[in-house]
Amino acid sequence: MTEVLVIGSGPAGLAAACAARALGRRVVLLDASDYVGGQYWRHLPPERPARREAVLHHGWSRFQAMSQALERDPLCEIVTSAHVWAIDAGRVHVMVGEADGAGREARTYAAAAVVFATGAFDRALPIPGWDLPGVFTAGGAQALAKGERVAVGQRVVVAGSGPFLLPVASSLVQAGSTVVGVYEASHLAHLARQWTARPWQLLATPAKLLELAHYASVHVKNRIPYATGRAVTAIHGGQRVESVTISAIDETWRPIPGGDVVVAADAVCLGHGFTPRVELPIAAGCRLDARRFVQVDEHQRTSVAAFYAAGEITGIGGVDLSLSEGTIAGHMAAGGHLEDRALRDARARRDALRSFAERLERAHRIGENWTDWLSDETIVCRCEEVSVGRLRSVAETSRSSGLRSLKLQSRAGLGACQGRMCGRSVETILAAAAPGGHLIDESTTDRRPIATPIRLAELAFGNDKSVEK
Amino acid sequence: MDVTIVDRGPAAGGTSAAGEGNLLVSDKGPGAELELAKYSLDLWRSLVGSLEDELGSAFAPVEYDPKGGVVAASSASDAEALFRFAEAQRGVGVDARTLSVAEALALEPELSPAIAAAVFYPHDAQVQPAVASEALLASARAAGTRVLTGTAITGALRDSGGRLIGVTTTNGSISADDVVVAAGPWSGDVARLLGGVLHVGPRKGLLLVTTRMAHRVLHKVYDTSYVGAVQSDSSALQTSSVIESTAAGTVLIGSSRQDVGFDDRIDVAVLRAIAANAIRLMPFLADAMVMRAYGGFRPFSRDHLPIIGPDLDVPGLWYATGHEGAGIGLAPATAELLTALLLGEPTSIAVEAFLPGRASLVGTA
Repeated sequence: MTEVLVIGSGPAGLAAACAARALGRRVVLLDASDYVGGQYWRHLPPERPARREAVLHHGWSRFQAMSQALERDPLCEIVTSAHVWAIDAGRVHVMVGEADGAGREARTYAAAAVVFATGAFDRALPIPGWDLPGVFTAGGAQALAKGERVAVGQRVVVAGSGPFLLPVASSLVQAGSTVVGVYEASHLAHLARQWTARPWQLLATPAKLLELAHYASVHVKNRIPYATGRAVTAIHGGQRVESVTISAIDETWRPIPGGDVVVAADAVCLGHGFTPRVELPIAAGCRLDARRFVQVDEHQRTSVAAFYAAGEITGIGGVDLSLSEGTIAGHMAAGGHLEDRALRDARARRDALRSFAERLERAHRIGENWTDWLSDETIVCRCEEVSVGRLRSVAETSRSSGLRSLKLQSRAGLGACQGRMCGRSVETILAAAAPGGHLIDESTTDRRPIATPIRLAELAFGNDKSVEK
Repeated sequence: MDVTIVDRGPAAGGTSAAGEGNLLVSDKGPGAELELAKYSLDLWRSLVGSLEDELGSAFAPVEYDPKGGVVAASSASDAEALFRFAEAQRGVGVDARTLSVAEALALEPELSPAIAAAVFYPHDAQVQPAVASEALLASARAAGTRVLTGTAITGALRDSGGRLIGVTTTNGSISADDVVVAAGPWSGDVARLLGGVLHVGPRKGLLLVTTRMAHRVLHKVYDTSYVGAVQSDSSALQTSSVIESTAAGTVLIGSSRQDVGFDDRIDVAVLRAIAANAIRLMPFLADAMVMRAYGGFRPFSRDHLPIIGPDLDVPGLWYATGHEGAGIGLAPATAELLTALLLGEPTSIAVEAFLPGRASLVGTA
């Protein structure tokens, strides 16, 4: 039987699989995409390799060492195009094959231990005009640049919050775009407070500093303007993006009157932090913490026995933290001991990087008054075309404080993406409009028991004969 | 009357937001519940218009759709039973039209040609149940009803003689001459807090939702086992097909009935059974993409009839619950019966079969 099932093959998942294999366990590593590596190590397909992959990717040699070791290993099965669509009673239900293709194969795994390493996707806050062609999430633009070598535009504005904006701008430059500017919503003073509050903590994470230094050098070399306390608050254009309004914002992200500049651009990349992919852990019954990441203990154990979690779903912390957590999760899922010498480095790095990650999170947290830049016409849920005005209207007319009812009234978050893009923004806007300024449901937009769409015939006839014993 | 509504969660956050919004006569044989359903569907027809007039166009549409229902039988013996059932319904005034296979396919072209026969019920209808509940609540609020959400009942207020004179809640006490428990599958727990004994439990149901598609399911479409399941006493898992389009363009695919307490986890084996039934009934659905599954709990009573009226042992305590999957459909008539009973006025239809003290409720199970 599968002893350790790892879901997700980004840095955390690869590290978990390697650690479990190091203890001799049989491992199955699942990934929804065509290749291992996850969002972080997204690369050109092997049949058209790039000589410069190592230059384009941090830790490329680490990636190659891990992925090649697992690919060579007969006791590790790597399954790509593996779409985990449900978890019930500890069993993991998977469809293998192209997402929209016919003839997908149904598999069900009943593993002794499961490691969730499903990562996060980048979040874009709604902005008037953000539904124009030419607007991308920062992660989407980076994926095109790194995975396809496609530039999203010639004059590109990068805006949002967080250190992720820097590598995105670097990737764009490398793909041939001119980056008009990187607009970081947090204020420099605020960033400086978080970054220098405990300078000794930075010493524990030299790799992080090197990575940031690298991006900084790319930025200096390419003269990319970097401004803080600025946000894209409107996007203009007829058929596609033509210009954007950059506003000076206060520390709560409220636009400061008189602080607007309009800049010509043909593409905009938005990245306001990340949303962890938590639907599978939720389906398995795992508790989330107050920040809505998967709650784990020192062993990377979730609240449900035999389920572990590692990487960005436990908190946004970058590749090094993901690798450390993955190593610990894989080792523990394989029945190892926390005090094992093999974990000493990973544990030390994890603990140092976590405090680093917490400071990053505080520094780049979304300001509560971002909603001030919305207009009633701004579309929030793009699948069902639900506007800010519609959300506010259903909350006002029904005076409901129930997310489920308000979603059913407005249809926000009920479309094809099931609220992945808009869910948390919908919650914020509805909560502000609800009586008392908050929603009282127990459930959130994160709950999606069917984690990825499945054809009715696949559901009907993908019987349990495929269960591994 | 001066009315206060107390809800532990947000309004319409439980069973009301988890159903399909069935307003059906088709699944009910001759008897008290069918009479209640016929009356209630009449009330819905006029209610929808008056709610829309009152609340205006800014309020979300309740998506009332009197589309009618088609019940299909898959075998000759099922067809015979279905026709007998329909004939009995016709005997008490239900419009139930027997259809040949060709007639059924003309009415509902995506039905499987392998069906044996079908019956068309023009009076079956549909609403968006959560929005309909919110609309009723908004109307009640406009008429002066106080609504306290996020407020749980914690116990009874009693006078020195022990009579119920209100409730204690997580947000303070509320005095009241009469207390009506209408807490769906949780009604038994609330009744207990107030000194009453009420056997109402949860019967879990799961539904699938497809992505948007072209309008190809024209009516509410069921197989005959749905009628059997609604009437069933079995506690084992049962699945039967209920398929319908929504105003948003999605297709809802049910249904299941399962006695598993308040366990709200999604059970893949149940989803598989629902999917297989649906494809048998409407083969084109094989390629439909399912994007969501959700579940909820129907409030079921031992004799499958609603419980409407006073608790015989606790003066001042009343019930309006136990409608199983028919609650949204039976709501207007239930409200009217209950109001008449509270005021001591004659009821528009017979209420005896629904009174809490009836013998069939005091079973063994």
